Amino acid sequence: MDDSTSLPPSHGFGATGETHAEHHHEAGHEHEHHELGFWRKYIFSTDHKVIGIQYGLCGLVFLFLGFTLMMMMRWQLAYPGQPLPLIGKFLPLIFGANSMPDGKMTPEFYNSLGAMHGTIMIFLGVVPLAFAAFGNFVVPLQIGAPDMTFPKVNAASFWAFAVGGAIMLISFFVPGGAAKGGWTSYTPLSDISDKGPGFNLIFNGQSLWLIGFIFLITSSLLGAVNFITTIIQLRAKGLTWMRLPFFVWAQFVTAFLLLLAFPPLEAAIIMQLMDRTAATSFFLPAGMIVNGAPLHISGGGSPLLWQHLFWFLGHPEVYVLILPAFGIVGEILANNSRKPLWGYKSLVFSVLVIGFLSFIVWAHHMWLTGMGSTVSAFFQTTTLLISIPSVIILSAFFISLWGGSIRFNVPMLWVTAFLPMFGIGGLTGIPLAFNSADLYLHDTYYVIAHFHYIVAPGTIFGLFAGIYYWYPKATGRMMSEFWGKVHFWPSLICMNVIFLPMFLQGMLGMHRRWYDGGQGWTLAGEHIWGLSGFQWNTPISWAAWIMGLAQIPFIINFFWSIKHGKKVNDNPWEATTLEWTAPNRPPHGNFVTTPVAYRGPYEYSLPGRDKDFTMQNEPVDPSERSRKTSEPALVH
Amino acid sequence: MEIPYTISTRPDTGLWNAKIGIWLFLASEVMLFGGLFSAYVFLRLDAQPGEWPHGLLNVPIGTMNTAVLILSSVTVVLAWAALKMRRYNAYWWYMLATISCGIIFLFVKLYFEWPQKFSHYGVFIKPAAREKYEQYLGNHRRDEKGLEPRIEITGHLENHEALTDPNVKEYEIALDPVNADPDNPSNDRPHFIPLPATDKVAKIEKADVERMDSFGPWHSAYFASYFTITGLHGAHVLGGVLVFLYMWLPVSKKVYQRNPEHLANRVEVAGLFWHFVDLIWIFVFPLFYLL
Repeated sequence: MDDSTSLPPSHGFGATGETHAEHHHEAGHEHEHHELGFWRKYIFSTDHKVIGIQYGLCGLVFLFLGFTLMMMMRWQLAYPGQPLPLIGKFLPLIFGANSMPDGKMTPEFYNSLGAMHGTIMIFLGVVPLAFAAFGNFVVPLQIGAPDMTFPKVNAASFWAFAVGGAIMLISFFVPGGAAKGGWTSYTPLSDISDKGPGFNLIFNGQSLWLIGFIFLITSSLLGAVNFITTIIQLRAKGLTWMRLPFFVWAQFVTAFLLLLAFPPLEAAIIMQLMDRTAATSFFLPAGMIVNGAPLHISGGGSPLLWQHLFWFLGHPEVYVLILPAFGIVGEILANNSRKPLWGYKSLVFSVLVIGFLSFIVWAHHMWLTGMGSTVSAFFQTTTLLISIPSVIILSAFFISLWGGSIRFNVPMLWVTAFLPMFGIGGLTGIPLAFNSADLYLHDTYYVIAHFHYIVAPGTIFGLFAGIYYWYPKATGRMMSEFWGKVHFWPSLICMNVIFLPMFLQGMLGMHRRWYDGGQGWTLAGEHIWGLSGFQWNTPISWAAWIMGLAQIPFIINFFWSIKHGKKVNDNPWEATTLEWTAPNRPPHGNFVTTPVAYRGPYEYSLPGRDKDFTMQNEPVDPSERSRKTSEPALVH
Repeated sequence: MEIPYTISTRPDTGLWNAKIGIWLFLASEVMLFGGLFSAYVFLRLDAQPGEWPHGLLNVPIGTMNTAVLILSSVTVVLAWAALKMRRYNAYWWYMLATISCGIIFLFVKLYFEWPQKFSHYGVFIKPAAREKYEQYLGNHRRDEKGLEPRIEITGHLENHEALTDPNVKEYEIALDPVNADPDNPSNDRPHFIPLPATDKVAKIEKADVERMDSFGPWHSAYFASYFTITGLHGAHVLGGVLVFLYMWLPVSKKVYQRNPEHLANRVEVAGLFWHFVDLIWIFVFPLFYLL
């Protein structure tokens, strides 16, 4: 796949004649090396597809790592205080003697696992996979672009992410272990945590968490700038805004969220880092007493300030997690129901409205802080407003199924599961939007269940669908259908066994941060727990471990199919969008001939055609126009 | 296929790639500094009476630095215009002027303004002992006039051993004019030109002291925001200077010889960033020096 063979004879058609010479000079040095070495081609690559795959593999590894942390926590919740069998003895060798003496998890270690589970899953797993990996691999192909606008910036984005991820991992091995303040790192606790004996200014869990984050934010900033510019500038000829695939729209809005919502968190992180290293008091009020002694600080800071800045990112972040999944679902849904996506314009505008509203709902995470009823009323209203476009999107997806000749291949299975799972997650969020109901449900397992239904069987199902769907484009081969189903069904069942009972647990008042899984309540004589509450911990944990096993077929399938999967042509799903006009394993520069778009993204089952899909680069036949006007009854 | 529109504009958007890129980047930067400035507002509104310091920064120096930055914003535009007119020599000189302005700004900040703060001390007096130090605080008169109380005595520490030696029971402070002559109405407002510390030395018993710190970031929410925001701003100035340096060095002349428009575009993009850095300072200056 070196450049000398991949450059098409029509090379240069994309540029106008007068600018072509300039382009050649500018980017020329990349093309002068006809044979890129292994390192330049696969490791320090500037090709969007390689970077996308790098992001994807890292994201998958981090997802599994984050899940592993949770599987360890689930042992402590199901069997509190009992030594973890088999691996319990070896974990202290990895995480230090204070993590699990005799295989029993300490509360501090449990807190570290919880904090890092959230951080890794969101910022090192789902965002890199959903936004960076799929965005990088798919968006330039879908818009008919040769690459991202700034390939070197793109590579810098990946390497900033890699450094950030490495710092997060290293933080497990410093004295005291990784950050313990939850993924939200609320102050004042996280300002003063990990400051025990032998405290090192930088090499402690919380400070490394903050420094790692600065790299992750830099990475997403570089990515977001690149995505937006690429979508604005490099759309193929004829690919107008309303002909963009829905996935591109979703990524476009996601990029704006990352661009504008992350920096205030970066500001907050800089301030917390100052608090921890330069003895400032941004988030510390006067009169703090720690371990019985007053802190020598100036005071005058505000813990609430951290929460505002954190959730200013934190809420748009929720949509960063879900919008790319919406995009993937939209593509696969249209493709496998063999129908145009229902309500394309409504979907696009809904995504835009979500993007806008997501910036003004953040304080609904803070009902219990006593902000005042006026502030609460405002945020309650905006929170309910944002559910409208979300419902529009989900409804449009459901309606898209109606009357379609649905193909239940593996990607479609994940997508059809996504729809009700996301529905459960969304609808159970409504009680949390009302501050009166939230006073009771706040910080219980109900909240855990609610947002996990959005991100776990929601987003992650969408991501699996995307992996099975675009895999042939990246490798030229299909993943095994059978093992895909072996992966899908246990995952679907286990997800629900894990998260459905959590609603019950939460409504019975089980707090999300309890280290003993509610054991303390039973001992205190609170015998309200039947299998409707506390005792669900054990089945939930078993379901989590079985779900861990259910990922093994996926891992094997993923790697095995690279070499041994069924070989397929360039458009195995008979899809319509431009990425399927590129050859499989697209070469550097992507397309053999510069693509031109003549029609919308989802022209499935056009009447009067011999095949049921019409690709975007197929010119409009004059007869199509006349038929549309003369026989409207057939086109509804 | 090459990446199009790196230098020439795309017909329907009328833009080349990097121009969109830099504006998006600046939007993100606005949110970053916006977060920090919001924190400033939040903390200042939260401050107790007398807690938020005034008049501790050197206004003439700050004014000069403001002028230096604005001047550099002018020279960078002239540098860009010179490139557009294909006058490389003029570009070279204007760029040199821009870089020099950036370096002067950083030099003043790092070698003059910041270090000065670390040798300046403030002693916060416990509420119960404030009456005892009335001669330095002047709160009777301030009460009558409805002004916020003074809770801090500032100046230069004469006995540095007091910081570490528990046997030394007093701080000896060579007072700032505001505490040397607290009832003088001219001290009710910050002085434009800061007056030096006086010869008058106050002895303050450690038992009466709530907290005693130099004017570092640990001193107060005010200095915490000051050092954080000016530090981050300084890092941006440094970044801008480095980028300009690259564009000024002979390496970039090759870009100019190959395609002058390419270098002009680069200067335009870096110049937009530079204007933004300048603009941030236009907010920093009044918020910390004047208000």
